[in-house]
Amino acid sequence: MGRQLLLEHIAVPGIETFEVYRKMGGYASVEKALKTMTPDQVTEQVKNSGLRGRGGAGFPAGMKWSFLDRKSDKPRYLVCNADESEPGTFKDRYLMEKIPHLLVEGMITSSYALGAKTSYIYIRGEYMYVLQILEKAIREAYAAGFLGKNILGTDYSLDLYVHPGAGAYICGEETALLESLEGKRGNPRLKPPFPAIAGLYASPTVVNNVETIAAVVPIVNLGGDEYAKVGVGKSTGTKLISASGHINKPGVYEIEMGLPVEEFIYSDQYCGGIWKGRKLKAVVAGGSSVPILPAELILKTAKGEPRLMTYESLADGGFTSGTMLGSGGFIVMDETTCIVRNLWTFARFYHHESCGQCSPCREGTGWMEKVLHRIEHGHGQMSDIDLLVDVAKKIEGNTICPLGDAAAWPVASAIRHFREEFEYHVKYPEKVKNPKHFEIEPFVSSKQLVMV
Amino acid sequence: MAKVTIDGIEIEVADGTTILNAARQLGGASVPPAMCYYSSLKGSGGKCRVCLVKVAQGSSKDPRPIPKLVASCSTPVADGMVVQNLTSPEVLEARKGVVEFLLINHPLDCPVCDQAGECDLQNLAYEHGASTTRYEEERRTFEKIDIGDKIKLHMTRCILCYRCTMVANQLTDNRVHGVLNRGDASEISTYIEKAVDNDFSGNMIDVCPVGALTDKTFRFKSRVWFTKPMDAHRSCTKCSGKTVLWMKDNEVLRVTARKDQYGEVKEFICNECRYDHKNAADWTIEGPRHIDRHSVIAQNHYEKTDLLTLKKEIERQIEFQKGKPLPLALDEKK
Ligand SMILES: Cc1cc2nc3c(=O)[nH]c(=O)nc-3n(C[C@H](O)[C@H](O)[C@H](O)COP(=O)(O)O)c2cc1C
Ligand code: SF4
Ligand code: SF4
Ligand code: FES
Repeated sequence: MGRQLLLEHIAVPGIETFEVYRKMGGYASVEKALKTMTPDQVTEQVKNSGLRGRGGAGFPAGMKWSFLDRKSDKPRYLVCNADESEPGTFKDRYLMEKIPHLLVEGMITSSYALGAKTSYIYIRGEYMYVLQILEKAIREAYAAGFLGKNILGTDYSLDLYVHPGAGAYICGEETALLESLEGKRGNPRLKPPFPAIAGLYASPTVVNNVETIAAVVPIVNLGGDEYAKVGVGKSTGTKLISASGHINKPGVYEIEMGLPVEEFIYSDQYCGGIWKGRKLKAVVAGGSSVPILPAELILKTAKGEPRLMTYESLADGGFTSGTMLGSGGFIVMDETTCIVRNLWTFARFYHHESCGQCSPCREGTGWMEKVLHRIEHGHGQMSDIDLLVDVAKKIEGNTICPLGDAAAWPVASAIRHFREEFEYHVKYPEKVKNPKHFEIEPFVSSKQLVMV
Repeated sequence: MAKVTIDGIEIEVADGTTILNAARQLGGASVPPAMCYYSSLKGSGGKCRVCLVKVAQGSSKDPRPIPKLVASCSTPVADGMVVQNLTSPEVLEARKGVVEFLLINHPLDCPVCDQAGECDLQNLAYEHGASTTRYEEERRTFEKIDIGDKIKLHMTRCILCYRCTMVANQLTDNRVHGVLNRGDASEISTYIEKAVDNDFSGNMIDVCPVGALTDKTFRFKSRVWFTKPMDAHRSCTKCSGKTVLWMKDNEVLRVTARKDQYGEVKEFICNECRYDHKNAADWTIEGPRHIDRHSVIAQNHYEKTDLLTLKKEIERQIEFQKGKPLPLALDEKK
């Protein structure tokens, strides 16, 4: 195993309690920051660490913090995005459930850096039991003097609240989240203005993912430069990967950035290889929104170099032959998977979750879902395949928020890499009538399946 | 002040003006269409995406183009910005896509729709849409609902521009009207069909760009192009009293607020003027209303078409559809 900066103590019995967490060195970053550093020094450390947002877009966290409008006379807010709803992603839940104080600690240290006096954790409504775990942790932190008035006897005070969503994926988009937190319908806002200027209650706000905020703890403890030594290039530190699908050991893994994808899939320390001795067919590497890649392109880039678990390496080749690290939802598919069926499932999700504000996404997601439903059930025509490509193209880039892109990319990439399989569905409608068609007889493409 | 170039024509506008409003100051063919933006409703715009344009140069300070198309109704200009509307094939292609999206679930029941003839979606589809559909799936439908005793909501026709909800929020007190549900299941609703009963609620009908909200006191009385629009006023304690009477002989069939050339009402009217004075004697009639729009109600007659120009225009569009850049129109000069 590589270095564990977040989950090091996850197996310690009772780590969810304040007592044990504190005994294992917890809340050291709060003491260090509040007693020995100015808020700007903390921000400086986060900048030096090279930490990039773990919610999907990978935007440098330190830079986002430095955009926060510090001249405004309005209060500043830190909002933690714990809406985690991207299919294939479940790392934030694992972290919050097992080691809730890590997030609470990260929230306190980060709020201090940003000058926030009130901060929120916006958690998806389906995680109600996790909300209770967090609220218990927050109560313990208040009791121990790490939250509330004059934390650790300094003049810094902070109140922390957990707020549940009501079951909409779109409320994970940061501006929809802020609308929802304000008690409104969760429609994404038009940008600009960005949250750093006018976010929650039109005040300067930083929205960060759970894992991003948790990573601030080791960054402050070790120092930004030390943290930056883990990982490669512009992908620093460790990353939580939610591994699911046809692998022997699904679960959440903390990896050092730069781990080869092949090692991650086949090593017994991580996924432990493809289940039932089957062959790898395809991987969705960063949550349902990112382009799907066939086995040969996920293990090696188009140039033949080994693909690494970093922002840059996964994106190598752009959308022609690459993908994205995204939120780290790593979905592995074996040779029996039907790509069309998988895509239809994704399309159904985006259709269901579109907020409906802008026409291309509201109408286009439903259209794609219906066409995919037909193809998968043996009622497709050859012209439907190009129609899907065209509808996806007309959505992409033309919407208010990136959900439109997130719905379009899987369609475009599945057809780009697995067109033969769509054609097969049109040509042999009888053979695909059984939903388990490729389990009975795996689809053999003229391209080779990779066996390692 | 900021200097912007839109489709090759330069104009100077106040800082903070949106691209759409800069184009409107310029006037002419380069004004992008707008289905959701409404200048007198705060927060409107950004949703329908028909006003997308290309920013080929961000500003003179930062000349890089904006990588994605932007909604012209909600993007402010910058000094030295270069905008392409009709001159960008990418824009026309995207707009065609948006029109198609707006139409796939639309019932296309124009023959029985009261809005026909003064419908922004008809005009838009006529100008930017394709004449055939690629959509073979089942269309979404809703039940018709009454919003109060004067307004009919035909949700199946709605394009979710949110304008009516903004009227409800901004013009009337006591908000009981909004959007329920999500995605293509979203619907405009008064909460559990509660009647919207308010002095200014009728303005929802005027802001609706399609036939989703219609005036029940006018429903099915006449095709709009068989009526004569007359500017009229009366002294009213609640609103300006400036309206348009839609008349057949001496009978007032409908009263609406006055819309400008972009279909926008600048002076909203009260329900009393709209519903309770369907008697020509109650009004001072100023004269025929000039409807400065391209739909069939304009000046109460169909436009005479110059067939030669039409043929040239069609050839020009065919060239474009073959994937070539749009050739210059007849009256365009380089
Ligand atoms: C449709 C949609 C859903 C999203 N869902 C989440 C989510 O569940 N959790 C999350 O952290 N970020 C989500 N994001 C990304 C957020 O908008 C935002 O970029 C992120 O919270 C920023 O945090 P980071 O910089 O720490 O990554 C979503 C974005 C979109 C467009
Ligand atoms: S892209 Fe989809 S989810 Fe995002 S604002 Fe538009 S309709 Fe809503
Ligand atoms: S009912 Fe009309 S005004 Fe209201 S959202 Fe629908 S189209 Fe717009
Ligand atoms: S008018 Fe600009 S998006 Fe609708």
